[in-house]
Amino acid sequence: MSYRLGVDVGGTFTDVLLVEEGSGVTWRAKTASTPGDQAVGVLNGIGQVCAAAGIGLAEVGQVLHGTTIATNAILEGKGASVGLVTTKGFRQVLQIGRSYVPGGLAGWIIWPKPEPLAALENTVEVDERVGSDGTVIRQLDEKDVRVQLAKLAGAGVEALAVCLINSFAEPGHERRIAEIAAELLPGVPVSLSCDVLPELREYERTVTTVANGYVQPQVKKYVENLAGQLREGGVSGELAILRSDGGLSAAHSAIDAPVTLLLSGPAGGVTGAAWVAGQCGYRDFITFDMGGTSTDIALVRDLSPRIGRETEVGDLKVRASSVDVRTVGAGGGSIAHVPELTKALRVGPQSAGAAPGPAAYGKGGTEPTVTDANVVLGYLPSSLAGGEIALDPGAARTAVQSVADAIGLESAEAAAEGIIDIVNENMLGGLRLVSVQQGFDPRDFALVAFGGAGPLHANALAKLTGAWPVIVPPSPGVLCALGDATTSLRDESARTVLATFGDLGDGDLKAILNELAAEAGERLAGQGVDPADQTTSYQVDVRYHGQGFEIPIPVPGSATTLPELAALFDAEHERLFSFLLTVDHELVNARATVTGPLPTVGVVALPEGSGDPSAALAGTHRLHIGGKSVAAQIYDRGRLRAGDDVRGPAVVTEMDSTTLVLPGHHAVVHPSGSLLLNPLNAEEA
Amino acid sequence: MAEIIETATGRVDPVSVDPVTLDLIENGLRNARYEMDEVLFRTALSPGIREQHDEFPLIGDPSGKMVVGQFGLSVPDFLDGFDGTIEEGDVLLTSDPYACGAAISHANDWLVVMPIFHEGRVVGWASMFGHMSDVGGKTPSSMPTDARTIYEEGVIIPPFKLYRKGELSRDALAIILNQVRMPDWNRADLNGLVAAVRTAGRRVTEMCDRFGTATYLSALDALLQRNYEAMRVLLAAVFEDGKTISFTDYICDDGVGNGPYELKLSLTRTGEKVHLDFTGSSPQAAGPVNYYINENLARMFFGIYMITVADPQILWNDGFYPLVDVTIPDGSYWKPRYPAALSGRNHGIGRVFDLFGGLLGQTNPALLNAAGFSSSPHFMYSGHYTSGERKGEWFQLYSIGFGGIPGRPLGDGPDGHSLWPSFVNIPCEYLESYYPLRIERWETIADTGGPGLNRGGNGVDVAYVFGEPGEIAIHDDRWLTYPWGVNGGHPGTRGTKWIDRADGSREVIPSKIHGFPVSEGDVLHFVTWGGGGWGDPLERGAGLVALEVRRGLVTVEGARRYGVVVADDGAVDSAATAALRERMRVGRPAELPVFDMGPPIEELLARCEEETGLPAPKRPVWEAE
Repeated sequence: MSYRLGVDVGGTFTDVLLVEEGSGVTWRAKTASTPGDQAVGVLNGIGQVCAAAGIGLAEVGQVLHGTTIATNAILEGKGASVGLVTTKGFRQVLQIGRSYVPGGLAGWIIWPKPEPLAALENTVEVDERVGSDGTVIRQLDEKDVRVQLAKLAGAGVEALAVCLINSFAEPGHERRIAEIAAELLPGVPVSLSCDVLPELREYERTVTTVANGYVQPQVKKYVENLAGQLREGGVSGELAILRSDGGLSAAHSAIDAPVTLLLSGPAGGVTGAAWVAGQCGYRDFITFDMGGTSTDIALVRDLSPRIGRETEVGDLKVRASSVDVRTVGAGGGSIAHVPELTKALRVGPQSAGAAPGPAAYGKGGTEPTVTDANVVLGYLPSSLAGGEIALDPGAARTAVQSVADAIGLESAEAAAEGIIDIVNENMLGGLRLVSVQQGFDPRDFALVAFGGAGPLHANALAKLTGAWPVIVPPSPGVLCALGDATTSLRDESARTVLATFGDLGDGDLKAILNELAAEAGERLAGQGVDPADQTTSYQVDVRYHGQGFEIPIPVPGSATTLPELAALFDAEHERLFSFLLTVDHELVNARATVTGPLPTVGVVALPEGSGDPSAALAGTHRLHIGGKSVAAQIYDRGRLRAGDDVRGPAVVTEMDSTTLVLPGHHAVVHPSGSLLLNPLNAEEA
Repeated sequence: MAEIIETATGRVDPVSVDPVTLDLIENGLRNARYEMDEVLFRTALSPGIREQHDEFPLIGDPSGKMVVGQFGLSVPDFLDGFDGTIEEGDVLLTSDPYACGAAISHANDWLVVMPIFHEGRVVGWASMFGHMSDVGGKTPSSMPTDARTIYEEGVIIPPFKLYRKGELSRDALAIILNQVRMPDWNRADLNGLVAAVRTAGRRVTEMCDRFGTATYLSALDALLQRNYEAMRVLLAAVFEDGKTISFTDYICDDGVGNGPYELKLSLTRTGEKVHLDFTGSSPQAAGPVNYYINENLARMFFGIYMITVADPQILWNDGFYPLVDVTIPDGSYWKPRYPAALSGRNHGIGRVFDLFGGLLGQTNPALLNAAGFSSSPHFMYSGHYTSGERKGEWFQLYSIGFGGIPGRPLGDGPDGHSLWPSFVNIPCEYLESYYPLRIERWETIADTGGPGLNRGGNGVDVAYVFGEPGEIAIHDDRWLTYPWGVNGGHPGTRGTKWIDRADGSREVIPSKIHGFPVSEGDVLHFVTWGGGGWGDPLERGAGLVALEVRRGLVTVEGARRYGVVVADDGAVDSAATAALRERMRVGRPAELPVFDMGPPIEELLARCEEETGLPAPKRPVWEAE
C-alpha cells in the first residue's frame, strides 16, 4: 500500500487529503490554519487524516504541499532585507525600473511608487563589465568587491542578490562575487541572476533575483521546519512543494529557487481542476476561481495549463514560469458604489476584505458588496446547510438599498441584480483575456468554477461565454490538495539565445535544447527521479526579428528543424494577430522542462442515485432572478448521489461553497463528485 | 466631405437603456480599447511603438465622436477632409496633419480610420494612430531639426483607402514604403494598426448582436451625455463665473536659433461654458517644433485633468465638448500655417501637461503639481557597421529619454520615470545586443529634482559609448527654462548633453540637432531634467533627507537646500539642522510663492552661454499683420 498526502494551507483552513494510490480511496481532514506557524496546522491535519485512514505516519510515501509562504512575504512586505550588487553605473536599476508609470494620461498624479525590494542604501556597485556577447570588457576588480561587500556587512543584510550587466552571456563575475561573499558575509544566502534567470533584460533579471533573495529566508525556515517536524512525527516520505508552474519541487530545490513558488497557491487550484475535469471527461477548460477580493482565471488545453513567463504578486512582477493565471481585482467582497458625479454603478476595486467584510457577515461592514447582493437575491441562503458563517439578510438589504437610492432604481433587488451583472461583466473581461484575446473560442472550453464565490457566478458566466458545461468540483480546499497530490516533480532550465534563424543551424537548436534538458534532468535526478522515468518537453520564445514581444512556442522535440519551428511560430502569430511578416525569425529564449512520472491515483465513484435529488432536499426558498421572484429548492451537496439531476432554479450548498443553478439549466452529479451544469435546452449551449 | 454608403435603410430609433446595461456597454468598450493596444504592442517592429507604445486608439459613435479612447483623434475632421465614398470593408490611412484638421500632429504619425458596419449601417468608427520610427526624408527617423517646411519631413500620405472594400491597395502601399528607410518596420506597424481597428470593429458588432443595435447606439448617446452632465457640474463647482485665469510656460528653442516660445493658455467660465483661449502664445516657429493642435484635443487634455479625479473609472469621451469653446489663433505656435514644419512637436505636446497643470491647479490645490518631465526627448543613432559579420549593414536606433516626475500633493515625484502613459525604456542589454554601443552609466543624478516637502524626481544620465562611427540626432528641451516648483517648492535642474570625444575633448551639444557625427569610442552623456518640488523644503523630514543622502539621491551639499545638515556618518546633525532651518526661514519672505519659475527669461537669456555653454536663442515676435 502506498499513500500520498496533498496539503493546502488556506487563510482559514488547512486541507489535508490522503490518497491511497492503488484504489484512489481518499480521506480528508480540515483543520484550522495556524498562521503563527503553519506547520502546526499541517501536522494536526496529517495526524487526523492518518487516524481516519487507520494508518501510521510512517506509511505516508510523499507529502505534496502548495504553500503561500513566499506569496505572503511579498504581499505583506515581510521578506528579508536584501543587499544588491550591480555593475558600476547601474546602482539605481530598481529605482528607475522600466521608467513606466501605470494608468492613463494623468496617471502619474495618483501613482504611489512602490519601494524597491532591495533598498537603494543597501545596493552597491562593483567595477567590472561584460559585453552582450559575453566578452569580458573590464575584469572584475576583486579588491573593489571586498570594499563594497564590507559596506553591506554592517547593514543587517539577510540575503544577497547579485545581478551584473550581460551576466546571462557570461556568469563568471557573478560566481566569483558569490565566493567572496561567502567569506565576507558568512551565512547570508546568495542569489545569482545567472542562476535565477539567465535571460536578457537587466531590470527584469534583477528584480527576479532580488525577489528570490527576499523570500528565501522565510521559505527556507518554513520548509526546513516542516520537513523536520514531519520527520519527527514519524513521516518517512519526502516533502515536495508545488511550483508556480504546477509542477512539484523537492524541498531542497524549492529552497534554492523560491521565486518559482510565488503562485504555488493558484497553481494548486488549476492543477486540481485539471484532475477533476479530466475525471469528468473534459480536457479543455477555463478555471474560474472567485474568492473574496480577487478572481483567478486560467486557460487549460488538453489538461495542460498554459504556462506564462511572468509571475505577478501585488505590485511585483517577476520573470518566472507560472501557470498563466489572470487576476481580476473583484470578488465577493468587492464594494459597489455610485460616484456622485456620474451616477454610474461601479463595483470595486475597493474591497471590504475579511474585516469588516460584507454587511451580511455582521462584523461591522456597512458598505454593499457582491456577497450582499447575492444574499438580497437569495442566491446565498441565510441559513446555509453547514455554513461557516450565519448571514444577516437585513444588513445586506440595507447596504444594497443605498445603491438603489443613489442610482434611482426601484428596489434593493434591482440594485442587487445590477451589482451582480456588473461584477459578472468584469469577470467576463478576465475570461476574454485568456480566451478570445489569445485566439481561443470560449465555446470550445468547459468552465471549472471554484473558490468561495465561483460556483455562485459560474452559471451566469457560462451563459455569457458559451463555455459549457460548468464543472463545480467538490469543495475548494480539497481541490487544491488534490492538485498537490496528483501532479509530478518538475524542473526547468532556460537560457537566452538571441539569434536570427538565418544565423543558426539546425544543429545549434538541437544542441541548445539537449544541453538544457541534460541540466534540468540532472537536477531532477538529484530530486530522486530516475532518468528513465523523466519526460522532457521544450519551449522556445520566438519573434520576428525586431519585434518587442516573443511568443512562447512548444517544440515537439529537440530534433525539430528551424523551418518547422518557423512554421509553428507563423501559425501561432496568424492565430493571434491574423497576419504574418516576411521578416526573419529570431530565437530569443529556450527552455527545457523535465517532468517525473504522474502518480497513479485511482478514481473514486459516488454511490449511484436514481436521478431524483429529492433525498438531498434541504428546503425551499425564493430567489430573485431577471426581475422576478421565483421559488427554488435548496439541496445539501453532501447528500447528492451520482446521476442526480438538479433542475434550476436551485441552490446547492456545502460547507465552504454554494452553487447557483439558474432557471432553464440543470446540474447533474458526476460519479466523481463534480456537478456538471448545462442548459436544459440544447440551443442555449 | 466623405459620402458614406450604407445598404440598410431607415433609421434606428433611440430606446431607453437601463443603467446596468449602460455600464455593461461602457465596460465592453473599455475592454475593446485595451485590446487594440495589446494587438499593436505585441506585433509592432518599430521601436517607437514597440518599446515606447507611442500609439493612440479610439472607438467612435456613428458621427465619429469618440466614446472611448485617450486622445480626441477627431474622426469628424478627418471625414471633412476626405473627398469620396466610404463603404463597408474600407480602411483609410493618412499621415498629413494639414488634411485632417490636425487629427494627427506630425507626419510620423500614421492614422488608420475604419467605419464599423453592422447589418448594412455604420454603427461606429475605429481609429488608431502610431508613431512610425522612420517615414523617410532627409534624416534617419524623419525629424530634421532644421526643417522649415513639412516637405522636408518625409512622405506625407494624403487620406486614401488603404483597403477598398476589403481589398488592399498594394500599389499605393508599395509607393509609400519605397520612401522610408525601414519598410519592414512600417509594414509591420501598419498591419498592427489595421488588425487593431478590425479587432475593435468585431467587438462593436458583437455588442450590437448581444444588446441590439438600437440599445447599443442609444447607450453611446447616454455615455456621451454622462460626460456632459458630469463636466457641467464640475465646471460650475470649480471655476468662478466671469473670472479669467492664465498660465504661461515655454518651449526653449525651435532648432534653428529662436526661442523661447511662450505658450499661454487662459480660461474663463461664462454660465455653463468655459472658454479655453491660446491667444497670447508666440507666433509659429521657423523650425519644426510647432504643435498643431486640434481643438478637440485641447478639450480632451482639459477634460482629463478635470474629471479623472472625480470618477477615475469613467469612460473618456467627447460628450462634454459642447461645454468647452476653444480659441487657437491662426499662425500661432498651436496653429501654424501650411506648410510649416511639424515633426519636432513632442515638446509642445508634453508641455501641455505642465500648462494645464499650472492653469487648473490655481483653482484646485488638490490638482496642483509642480512641473515635470513634460516631453519625450528623442535620441537617434544610425550608420553602417564598418567591420565584423555585419559589415556594411545599416543600423538605426530610436529611443526616448526619461526624467523627473514632479513633486505632487501625493508625495515625491519618481526618479527617472515617464510622464506619458505606457512608455517604457529600452533595456541596456537589449540596446547592447542590437546596436553597436555600450552604456557606461544609467543613473539618476543627485539633487536634480527640485527640493520641496515632496521632492521632484531626479533627472537621468545615460552615457552611451559608441562602437561604430555614425551620426546622432537629438530632440530635447528644458535646457534653458526651468521645470518650476510650486507651493514653496523649488525648480528642478535643467537638462544638458555633452560628448566626451575619444581624443579627450569635450563638446556641449545643443538640445536639437541631427546629422551630428560621432566616432568609435566617443561617449555621449544625455542628462535629462528633474521635476519641480512641491511644498516647503524646510518642512521635509530631516531623517528622510538624510536617508536620501545615503541612497545617493541627494548630496550632503544638496541636503542643505532643505536646511538639513548631514554628518559624516550619514546621520542628521539635529542642532545644526535646526539652526540652519531657522536661518533660512528668517531670510525668506513670510509667504512662499505658489509658482517658482526660476529666474526671469531676460536673465536666463543673458546668462545662457555662460550657464549652458550654448548661445542664447533669439526671441520670436509676431509680425505686424
